[in-house]
Amino acid sequence: MTAVLEVKDLQVAFGGVRAVDGLSFSAHEREIIAVIGPNGAGKTSAFNCITGFYRPTSGSVRIKGLETTGKRPADIAAAGVTRTFQNLRLFPDLTVLDNVRAGMHLYGGQNWADAILHTPRFKRSEARYTEEAHYWLDFVGFEGARGVPVRNLSYGQQKRVEIARALARKAELLLLDEPAAGLNYSEKQQLLVLCRRIRDLGTSIVLIEHDMGLVMELSERIIVMNFGREIAVGTPAEVKANPAVIEAYLGKDDEGAQSNGDA
Amino acid sequence: MTQLIWDGLFVGSFYALIALGYSMVYGIIKLLNFAHGDIYMLGAFIGFALLTSMGGIPASLSLGALLIVLLVSMLITGGAGVLIERLAYRPLRGAPRLAVLISAVGVSFSLEYGIAAIAGPNPRAYPIRLEGGVFEVLGARVSLPQIVLMLIAAGLMVALNFYIQKTSTGRAMRSIALDTNASLLMGINVNAVITRTFFIGSALAGAAGVMAGAYYGKIDFLMGFIIGLKAFTAAVIGGIGNIKGAMLGGLVLGFVEAFGSEWFGGQWRDVFSFAVLILFLTLRPTGILGERVTERM
Amino acid sequence: MSENIDTTLAPLRVGPPRSPISRLLESRLIGWVTLAAALLAPFVSASPYSLNVMTTAAIFVLLASGLNIVVGYCGLLDLGYIAFMAVGAYTAGIISKSFELPLLFTIPAVLVMTILAGLIIGAPTLRLRSDYLAIVTLGFGEITRITANNLSVTGGPSGIFGIPGLLKIGGLDVENPAVLYYLTVLVVSLFVLASARLGKSRLGRAWRFVREDEDAAEAMGIHTYKVKLLAYIFGAIWGGLGGVLFAAHLSAVSPQSFIFLQSALVLMAVVLGGMGNMRGVVIGALVISLLPELLRDFASNRYLAFGLLLVIVMVFRPQGFWPARGYERERATVDVDPPAVATKQGR
Repeated sequence: MTAVLEVKDLQVAFGGVRAVDGLSFSAHEREIIAVIGPNGAGKTSAFNCITGFYRPTSGSVRIKGLETTGKRPADIAAAGVTRTFQNLRLFPDLTVLDNVRAGMHLYGGQNWADAILHTPRFKRSEARYTEEAHYWLDFVGFEGARGVPVRNLSYGQQKRVEIARALARKAELLLLDEPAAGLNYSEKQQLLVLCRRIRDLGTSIVLIEHDMGLVMELSERIIVMNFGREIAVGTPAEVKANPAVIEAYLGKDDEGAQSNGDA
Repeated sequence: MTQLIWDGLFVGSFYALIALGYSMVYGIIKLLNFAHGDIYMLGAFIGFALLTSMGGIPASLSLGALLIVLLVSMLITGGAGVLIERLAYRPLRGAPRLAVLISAVGVSFSLEYGIAAIAGPNPRAYPIRLEGGVFEVLGARVSLPQIVLMLIAAGLMVALNFYIQKTSTGRAMRSIALDTNASLLMGINVNAVITRTFFIGSALAGAAGVMAGAYYGKIDFLMGFIIGLKAFTAAVIGGIGNIKGAMLGGLVLGFVEAFGSEWFGGQWRDVFSFAVLILFLTLRPTGILGERVTERM
Repeated sequence: MSENIDTTLAPLRVGPPRSPISRLLESRLIGWVTLAAALLAPFVSASPYSLNVMTTAAIFVLLASGLNIVVGYCGLLDLGYIAFMAVGAYTAGIISKSFELPLLFTIPAVLVMTILAGLIIGAPTLRLRSDYLAIVTLGFGEITRITANNLSVTGGPSGIFGIPGLLKIGGLDVENPAVLYYLTVLVVSLFVLASARLGKSRLGRAWRFVREDEDAAEAMGIHTYKVKLLAYIFGAIWGGLGGVLFAAHLSAVSPQSFIFLQSALVLMAVVLGGMGNMRGVVIGALVISLLPELLRDFASNRYLAFGLLLVIVMVFRPQGFWPARGYERERATVDVDPPAVATKQGR
């Protein structure tokens, strides 16, 4: 079974800084895996390499078996990957529906001549875009007005719209960059349910996340990154017990250091 | 041949003075001040106004009068630059790029047609015309006014370089150019530094304007338009945001134009410089001295 | 997918507070009203001078609608837009005069040349950031003018004159100012409608996505470079056609008609009218081209006012006077059964 995503020895450097330094991992169909690690470990940089926003200095990325290293982001997206962003990158002045339609752009269905002449093909295509946009908004449980600019919405709602937009791409691989950031407890529960439903649709999810509770409950496999590469891979239980992981997060015990007595 | 080199150097020093303001402002707030060329024009007209109000000046004192007028014009144009930044650019700091650019176009227009409304649309003659001895140096005709002006320009550039490298404001400018947020966090008064940058950049452009008026003898309200384009080209050639680059770029552009006019004919001079701009933007957008900066998401 | 998704019923209509004036301005009515006014205007005043002014205004509207595609929809600040008009006007003028053809038959050549111009100007500039793009397009505008001024095929500084009219069929003389006016209004209306329709299509959305956030657009699979190029090409075609009408109107083209001031005026029409809002842009274009005639000001003061207006509008109301409508209709009812939507590769 070809892995949906295969990353091998990925490297990207900025000036002297190696943001990603020999990262390798893979994601399979209908898997939910999490990428965790301290700040600066290179997680978002890895995402950017996979989606084509950084050009890797070496290594390879394969999506559904197709080599996508060094290709431009639009082509990589078309190859079957879609994403959300750490800093929420919606189209602020456009409506909620239009934002979701962005994910649907590759459906095609009309050209400029259709648009100018308002052919039946155009009308059918527009109806389809609207209908499906509503569908995906329903899917992510979006509540509220949909014909308003997204800048008017609350943060939690905007996050949902971003996921709906990404889902509308109907890609086999979904990269979520800190989807739980800024959400309250009940919203995180809803996110959990949503991710599982997305997985049931047949999409694999790779998420960067800092909320350990969510990560442990949601993911089947966890990849721990530090200094630009993976330092541990395994199930949540394995990773929790891994000394290298503990060291990465909590630091090393100094030899001969006096403990102060309090925990 | 040496004539071309000299001519190129001379015109190049003007371009360098104006390109400096462009580059400094871009370095600090990432804005191409579209109205910068018109500041040059403003300087020329302010100098014109000052000189005419001073009445008749005996030829022997013309250099002295010019220097005084130069200083005063620089102060006024510097102030104008500060005013423009405060009114037309600062309110748009958080706005999309397009808004600031359009505002700059509006400023440019206002300056051009404001001056046209005040001084009339026809070219005006400068009350002072620099005359001086002409020498033969290595086969090139070199005139005293040219030497004097180039010395002034060079002096200004040296002073600027010192300011950037040695003073705290200069350091602040460089740090803001590298990382605005960190600079803010370090307690740098970013607004004050930006104001000073605009002051200096505009003053330099104003100086170039006065000198151009004195040398070429004729000024009109649209003279800043093409100069703005040339200054931009110079800044790009040298590496935009880079002070030394602006100076270098100005000189290089001066050379390129001199040779281009020679080969293709004077009427194609602007087309030739523009072609050089396109070439640089396509093949080496960071310019001669610029550094490649990767865009982080 | 058989789950019932629990969605709270969204309120039926949510939108900005609507004053009667803004509701009128945004209704379909305003388009018809403007068209009617344009058609009836000659009955108010049909002097050669009035017709001249009105035809020029109509051509200006066409240009503004073209630039609206480039700047308003796609966010590309083109400061040399008049170059496309120059290409169209000169191509039409040169061909019709050399081959003694009515201007109408030069249109295929005009299309080819303007699309070429769009590609040539677009290729180096569209990869640049917006500041650079603005200045480089300005440069291209100047280069076009200077080239037209220097070449003999374009007639040098005096340009080309004695250009034949659009068409002469039997009794219908298109050189008659009134006939030319109505023809111009017809063509311009069609093109304005076409550009408005383009704006509301998949391509129009792609333009907006690129304008709002290029990186996010790329992440969704949109080839931003191609999309930008298409905006340029459509803008170029609109501009070129404007050039043909211009040549027909004046029977002469010269470099003086294509100075930067003209590019700036078209830009002002787009900006002041509300970037991206075709109706606003049409009205902005009419205001900019007709107001000076009605107010008879000093040229300098008029342009000074425009310049100041640009700054003021940007600082206080960056979306322009009639901003693009950022709202659309809500869903009328909530479906009980979600529509059958293919959720995997089958699109």
